[in-house]
Order: sequence, then C-alpha cells, then structure tokens
Amino acid sequence: MNYVNPMKPSERMKLPRQASIEQIAEERNKNFNEVSAGLDEARALIEAARCLECKNPVCIEGCPVTIDIRTFIQLIYKKDYIGAANKIREANYLPAICGRVCPQETQCEIVCTLGKKYEPVAIGKLERFVADYEITHNLFVPPVITNHIDKKVAVVGSGPAGITCAAELAKIGYKVTIFEALHGLGGVLRYGIPEFRLPREILDTEMERVRQLGVEIYKNFVVGRTASIDELFNEWGFEAIFLGTGAGTPTFMGIPGESLSGVYSANEYLTRINLMKAYQFPDSDTPIKVGKEVAVIGGGNTAMDAVRTSLRLGAKKAYLIYRRSRKEMPAREEEVHHAEQEGVEFMMLTNPTRIIADGNNWVSGIECQKMELGEPDESGRRKPIAIKGSEFIVPVQTVIEAVGQKPNPIIQTTTDGLNVSKWGTIVVNDVQLTSREGIFAGGDLTRGGATVILAMRDGKIAAEAIHKYLSEKPDADTKVK
Amino acid sequence: MYPIVAKEILSPTITKYEIKAPFIAKKRKAGNFVMLRIVEDGERIPITLVDSDSNAGTITLIVQAIGKTTKLLATKNVGDSILDVVGPLGVPTPIELHGQVVCIGGGVGTAEVYPIARALKDAGNTIFSIVGARSKDLIILEKEMGQISKEIYVTTDDGSYGRKGIVTDPLKDLLDANKDIHAVYAIGPLPMMKAVANLTKTYGTKTLVSLNAIMVDGTGMCGGCRVSIGGKMKFACVDGPEFDAHLVDFDELIMRNRTYVDLEKIADERCKLTPSIVALAGGVK
Repeated sequence: MNYVNPMKPSERMKLPRQASIEQIAEERNKNFNEVSAGLDEARALIEAARCLECKNPVCIEGCPVTIDIRTFIQLIYKKDYIGAANKIREANYLPAICGRVCPQETQCEIVCTLGKKYEPVAIGKLERFVADYEITHNLFVPPVITNHIDKKVAVVGSGPAGITCAAELAKIGYKVTIFEALHGLGGVLRYGIPEFRLPREILDTEMERVRQLGVEIYKNFVVGRTASIDELFNEWGFEAIFLGTGAGTPTFMGIPGESLSGVYSANEYLTRINLMKAYQFPDSDTPIKVGKEVAVIGGGNTAMDAVRTSLRLGAKKAYLIYRRSRKEMPAREEEVHHAEQEGVEFMMLTNPTRIIADGNNWVSGIECQKMELGEPDESGRRKPIAIKGSEFIVPVQTVIEAVGQKPNPIIQTTTDGLNVSKWGTIVVNDVQLTSREGIFAGGDLTRGGATVILAMRDGKIAAEAIHKYLSEKPDADTKVK
Repeated sequence: MYPIVAKEILSPTITKYEIKAPFIAKKRKAGNFVMLRIVEDGERIPITLVDSDSNAGTITLIVQAIGKTTKLLATKNVGDSILDVVGPLGVPTPIELHGQVVCIGGGVGTAEVYPIARALKDAGNTIFSIVGARSKDLIILEKEMGQISKEIYVTTDDGSYGRKGIVTDPLKDLLDANKDIHAVYAIGPLPMMKAVANLTKTYGTKTLVSLNAIMVDGTGMCGGCRVSIGGKMKFACVDGPEFDAHLVDFDELIMRNRTYVDLEKIADERCKLTPSIVALAGGVK
C-alpha cells in the first residue's frame, strides 16, 4: 500500500479533529435549516491529513457496506474529491445521505487506529464533504451501464434498503422497478428524518441519481393492495422481488388517554411535518397542533427527531421522557447532544402511566412515575423498576409516543408462504432470501427497527444474491413479460 | 397524474367523478377507499370508492365539498388531473348471504353504502334501503339504490323530501315488522351511525359501519385513525374501515375527529378567498 501523505504519523496525530460548522443552538431550534454545514474544503484537507493510512484499515471492516475508507480519504488528500465520491459510490450509492445520518461513532470511527489514543478521523464528515462538493459543483456523472440483462426485478419500498438494492441491480444491468406507497420517494428518509438533519434537496438529488440509472418508479403503489406479490410475478413478469417496506407501523404504550386529541405517534407527528409540510400550514394544507409544553416518550433517534422538531414548531418546553437512564438511550450521541444544546429537557428514569384530559378531550398533562434501575434484562440493559408512590404530573398539551415501530403487515397478510416472526418481521437467511423462492427482503422489515446503513447493507447483499439467483435460474423458467 | 374523465354534479355540493386509475380499477372491491392528494402541498384525504370499470381503467368517486381539499377538487373538470390517488385501501366489505339486509346511507354516505348494497344484492340478499339527509338537495343515488332494493325509504331532517325525521325511524319500523332481517350496513355521519348502532343493539341485529377517521397516509403508518373497537385499539385504514357497530366507541371517535376543526376552518377560509372555488363549490353560505 502506498502512502500519499508525506507527514510522519507523529505529525498527523498532532492535528486536531476538525469540527463541523454548525448553526448556533439558540437560532437553529427555531428553523428547519440543516443544523450542520459539514466541513469546508480547508478543514476537510486537514482532516484527511490526520488519517494514518493504516496497512490494515480496520475502519473498512467497521463499515456495514465496507466502503474503501482508506482510499477515499487518500483521494481527498490529493484533492481528487470526485474520485473520492466515486470510490465511496462503489460501495454505497447514497454518500450524501450516509455522511449525514450514519452512526459512524459506533461503526468505522470507533475502530479507527487514531482513536485509540486521540480522536478518530471524522470519516463521516469527510464522506459528507465529498458528496456535498460533488453536488455543489454539479460534477456528478451517472455510471455508464454497459451490460443489459433482459430480466425484471421489482423493489418494494424506496427507503434506504430498497433504493440501494435497486441501484445495485440497475448497475449490473437488470430492469428494475421500484414501487413506493407514498407520493414521495425515500421512505423513512422522507417521512421520518427531519429536514434539519437531512435537507430535502439532498434527498431529492440522491433519489434522482437512482432514477438516472434507468430505474422505473411507480409512486402511489401499495404492493399487497394495488397489486399483490403474486400478480407482480405472474402478470407483471418480475423474476425476483426485493421487499424493503420498513417498520412503519407505530406502537403505542397502551396507557389510558392515548385516544385524546393531542396524542400522536412519532410516525404521525413526523409524517405530518416532514412529508406533508405541516410546519408551513396554512400554506400547506395538512395541519398539526403543538402545545406550549410537549412531552416526547422514548429514547431513540425518532424520539430525538420529534422532540427537536417540537421546539422548532414553537413549543416553550419540550420534555424527553425515558424510563431508563441516559446511558441506556439508543439514540446517537450526536443527536442527544444536539437536543440538549437546543434546550430539550431530559426526564430520565421516568415512565408515563396515563395521559390526562382537559374538559374538551384534549391533553392537559401526563402522569409519570419515577423509576430505578435493577438487574440487566434480556437486552443487556438494566431493567427499569417503578418506585411506588412516586407519581407526578407534568402539564403538557401534546404527547408524542416514540416507543417503537413494527413492520407494516399488508404484504405479509396478502402473500402466501412468507415466514414471519412473532415481532412481525420477515424471516430471511444470510443473503436476505425469504422463505419463498425469488423473494428477498431487508432493512427494518427484517430487523424491526435499525439504522439506515444496515438497511443499505441488506439491500446490497440482496442485490448480489438476486444477481446470483437470476444468473443461475434457467431461462425456460422465465414467465410472461 | 390521474385524469378526470367524467364529472357529474349530483347536488349543489355533491359531485361524482370518474378518474383514470387502471391499477386501482382492476382491484377495487366494495368497501375499499383511496387516498387523494389534489395538488402539491395538499392534504391526503380518504374517499370511498363507489364503483370502477376495469376495462375503461376508471374509478368512480362521489365527494361532498365540505373542506378545503374537497372544494378544490370541485373546481377540477374533465381533462384536469389529480396529483395522487392511492388504493384500493382498507379491508373490503365481507359480502355474505344474510337473506334480508338493510342498507342505510346518510348524506354522502349513501355513495359509500351503494357499492356494498349492490354487492350484497349480487350475492343473493334482499335489500331494504334507507336514504337520509338533512334536506332534499343532499339526497343522492335514490334511483340507483331503489333499483337494487325491494323497498326504499327516504328521510330528511327538515321534511323537505320523503319522511320527516332520521333514518332510525324507518329502520325501527322495518326491524319491528320483519324478523328475517339479519344484517344492517350503515354509512353516514358518526351521530347517525351511533344512533343506528344503539337501535340495532336492542334487536341484536348484526350491524356494520364504515368509520371515516382522520388519516394521513391510509396504509397503517401514522396511527392517526386509531379507533376503539370493543376496547381494543384498531387502525381504521388497515383494520377497517368497517367494524362491528356494536363494538365501536363512537363518542371517542366523534371527539377525535374534532381535533383540527379550528385549523380546518382557517384552511377553508383561505380557500373561500379564491372566487372560482367558491363558485364551483356551490357558493358560500
């Protein structure tokens, strides 16, 4: 392996990790503009110079889609930003998205050699830098597809799993069709993740690039309703199907008062705002009501998105209520940190017991009890136990439950022969194949609620498996076109 | 885009549309609905599918212009297109052979009960229809319902047409006179469906209602349409929209449906500022 950076390791280690340029907390909590502007070119070059160019780049093993991190950082160092973007795209077709929403701190960056004694290389920020550079300078050139395979593959859902699977298959040369239930593309990237974390222009750009690969897209198409899986095989002539329909069905805690006006699932709340642009009401038609005081229940990234959105919609107080302690929160550290900076009040070791109504069937408060941590449970986290007699009431007018999602059951209940777990997820093997021939699945539909990058990893593995399956499948088997 | 291929004004505020949507037309069953979004930045609203023609690739909707989105739809004409139409959604009505069945439509709900009545008739049931509305100008599909029914009763709240009163009046007479009525299908405003449910409960007659709850996506994603059925939380969009009327918590749903009343008024007021919308939607009262 060649080194491109002439600096000695000791010199590289002296360089400080470069921080993103961010909107200040007191301003950004009032707008939907992106919190972080990322690294500028000067900072990106310093950051790239920090990389030790390890002989054994363990960061690559830490990446779920095994991006050649060492090489792309070397290309940044050589100021070949487009080369770097293309290098990333060999493994990950959506760098502008992953550079923003990937939990690098628990993947590539946690294993970074530099991070053992110093701070790890800001791999995520560098990924974002080259992706943004390419967009800003309009330098993206779609890959040329030379091979054309006369076989049709259907991808159900345009979230991270589906879009990745579609892009990979299109690059190989398959005729790919994406079916999306909503009117906008991107799945959770569009309805779930707020604009202040992932601007819509970025999402639109990445989606358009997938379309440029020749992928056909049907929006407003609910597979299982508009056409069944079997119809896609038998009448539409698809030879393989990838299911990436996510985990979009909200769960509720089951406490009294959940039917009151002012109680939302995080899915409804975020969908109204992100997909339907309720924050622009009445310029957009979908309404939302956010009280002066808002309680968000849960400790994941969705809870952070909901609570930070509430401040942006004018809530004077936004509480994050979580039954364990901060240490057990599944949200990304960066999101928790941003939420704190923006003024979210964290109520840890607190569990809601009922939602209280005013005289008009609206929420007026939430009753909670204090918790303490007991022995570790099956998840390995210490189990919260209620402290008797510790009930108290928090006055709020809006309650948002972000306590988990399950897969939407429409496909499972309209398709024979699909093995489904007791959690409602579709069972797959190590190459994402379901219990039915020709049907592959991945992302939250099989995982139940994970990250964007793991969904992308599944989509990529499934694409390889579909390619193998269709290459080996005898042509005589080909059904009606 | 989904072009409007035919449009017929049924009453000053109620309009019938035929819309090109071939995939939906092919799969539609009685009881299904679609989600519509008319324009960019528009709301998604659920509308029941009245009919479809799989050969022509069209679906039929009957919509009362009552809010901003439905009034905007009323301004659209043949040749115009609707931005988004998704469906067919919801669980289709279970069409069984009950023998004698009463089908009740209140206001624009008649458009929703009509395809069910027709499917029940095709399955061999004898249909008694009750069509009710506030006043004569809101009575729709009387002829169509009459054609598939053994008997049809019309009521208006103000007595401007048919029998003065509400749909439960003729329903009570029917249930008293005919012990062979084994099922009632009622679709209309929530208070009407609640009144029907209360009445048929005393007779022990199986009753199905279709719940028009607040929905965002219509595919089970938001949970905004959650309703209490026999004390259990159900989503109207994927578990319904039809449910056993005797298990529905109507009061809870009536309250929930008021969540955005004030904001809907604001949106509507804005809409009224556009003269063409006012004219085509039948004027401002």
